[in-house]
Amino acid sequence: MSQIQTWTTVFIVLSFGTYIFIAWRSRVHETDSFWVARHGIPTVANGAAIAADWMSAASFISMAGLIAFLGSDGSIYLMGWTGGYVLLALLLAPYLRKWGKYTVPEFVGERYNESVRTVAAIAAILISYTYIVGQMNGGGIVFSRFLGIGITGGVMIAAVIILIYAVLGGMKSITWTQVAQYTVLITAYLIPAVAVAQLITGIPIPQVSFGQILAELNALSADLGLSNYTEAFTERPMIDIFLVTMALMIGTAGLPHVIIRFYTTKSVRGSRYSAFWALLFIALLYTTAPAVGAFTKFNLLEGVKGTSVDALPQWIENWASTGLVSVNPDAETIGSVSNDAAAGADLTVNNDILVLASPEIAGLPAPIIGLVAAGGLAAAMSTAAGLLLVISSSASHDLYFRRFRKHADDRERLLVGRIAMAVAVVAAVLAGIEPPAFVAQVVAFAFGLAAASFFPALILGIFWKRCNAAGAAAGMLAGLALTITYMVHTLEVFGTSANDHILNISPEGIGTIGALVNFIVAIAVSKLTSPPPKHIEEMVENIRYPAVTRRTADTGAVATEERPDRPEEGSG
Amino acid sequence: MTRTEQEGHTSPPGDWRREYWRKNLRLMVILLSVWFIVSFGCGILFVDQLNKITIVGFPLGFWFAQQGAIYTFLVLILIYALRMDRLDDEYGVSERDGDGERL
Repeated sequence: MSQIQTWTTVFIVLSFGTYIFIAWRSRVHETDSFWVARHGIPTVANGAAIAADWMSAASFISMAGLIAFLGSDGSIYLMGWTGGYVLLALLLAPYLRKWGKYTVPEFVGERYNESVRTVAAIAAILISYTYIVGQMNGGGIVFSRFLGIGITGGVMIAAVIILIYAVLGGMKSITWTQVAQYTVLITAYLIPAVAVAQLITGIPIPQVSFGQILAELNALSADLGLSNYTEAFTERPMIDIFLVTMALMIGTAGLPHVIIRFYTTKSVRGSRYSAFWALLFIALLYTTAPAVGAFTKFNLLEGVKGTSVDALPQWIENWASTGLVSVNPDAETIGSVSNDAAAGADLTVNNDILVLASPEIAGLPAPIIGLVAAGGLAAAMSTAAGLLLVISSSASHDLYFRRFRKHADDRERLLVGRIAMAVAVVAAVLAGIEPPAFVAQVVAFAFGLAAASFFPALILGIFWKRCNAAGAAAGMLAGLALTITYMVHTLEVFGTSANDHILNISPEGIGTIGALVNFIVAIAVSKLTSPPPKHIEEMVENIRYPAVTRRTADTGAVATEERPDRPEEGSG
Repeated sequence: MTRTEQEGHTSPPGDWRREYWRKNLRLMVILLSVWFIVSFGCGILFVDQLNKITIVGFPLGFWFAQQGAIYTFLVLILIYALRMDRLDDEYGVSERDGDGERL
């Protein structure tokens, strides 16, 4: 066993042990705790949990690598995956928390009607399931490189651990485990980033110091046949950058596994601050990622430029076995670098390895490399757990009990919730072991679908009392139909051929157009049909004011408003 | 829950609600305008023009797109949370436990 493997094993065993311990300490016995942790998670902890839930294998493992090769246009991910929190904090979180139940489809069902709820539950399951496949696969990459366990074995180990804590404690133990996972992943991300920044520029703050190397990086890129790093729109046209950024932002605000986390806070006020803490924790990684991308690319290019193929750095050989790095057999010295195998460059490097390999590329010691491996796993597992919760709550709470067992007692609800969770884990493992070839495209699907379906329905549901069930349903169907049609039209999935983009809009950006269509159709149809019943208008009115009872300023007395407390919990 | 009589309300009950909601919406619109200008304006639409200015190594448009926008988002959410605390108190709708402590 190499030194790297030893350290990786140490960190993985330590971190997994911690997760299991936390899960055991926070195991639960009621449905309320299982789905929303009794609305009792402190704000800062909830923020860290949201951050871990949100930052997936894609954020940790792939993003900096993508930015390294996209250059300035990598901003679609940086802004797209953070800007959505402003929308969440201002437009959704406080109101959904005030209404306060278990799932997103449940809100849609109560605001509109049962059929819309069923459509929403199925959409939530589809979105979460496509997303989870990527997480399982990301975990598998870490295991196969660092521990020499095949992807199958790696995915199984990760799944068993998730299964244990998700089934034991539902939302409560998932939340507390995610707090631990956030700690692991952010430490693992920042230590090598700070070390590399210090090594190259002498300033240990990567966010500030990567400015120092940009000019040199531009020159190196030009020498090796890559586009200018800081120039915008080299990889995608402006219209597409605009639409993709918007689609990722509103997709974020419409993803059920993110929204559901705002139900776990103690109060409406708590949900606003949770959004702040979540974005603060996320920003720590997201402002570091572009620095990691720039530094790693700089190191990589400088290390290989003009080097003969026999004298390449050791990390290239280490990673060649995963098939994610390859040297062109015809090359003698490295004169060009690419992330696209089809480009036929002398050295081809897959985006996904840059973060995991960055400590090796920079020549950092083995313990740091092991820590990064544990961080990558923490990111993949924490997101997978959050997604599993959405799948099982939608399946059991919104479909099974709504359709078949309306009067089940609490014990039965909890049991079925646990069974649904276990089934979801098994399904995720199967998909993770043999991922469909189009994993990356499928994740883009998830955002586009969430943007075109949930976001407009939720916004109109909160801000426009006149919006009715017919409008919301028509809007969601129109938005989804357009988005799915365009994706099938432009992507080679489902055996269809890839057609050219219309008006330079990529399939990742179509969600923005889908959302727009959803809004227009929903408004038009609502206007043409009769307004929603009185009690729904009252429900919308009530979620706008945080407190149940209003305190009058002059007397300090508590004046009770005529309306009741938020609907009784758990009364099916 | 404490229940007391509705005492001495001279204004119609819907009034404070409309006022509170209008103030909330106004704050939202202002903050979302900043959100749009910084991310889509500085980071995308006017990125080339801003890139002509370089500060400590960063072309300015590139800096907004990869750093500045994220810091701005964070500040916007903090401002919203703090201002809403004040607004909730002003209209007596902040959430308090039995002792009047914030929840």
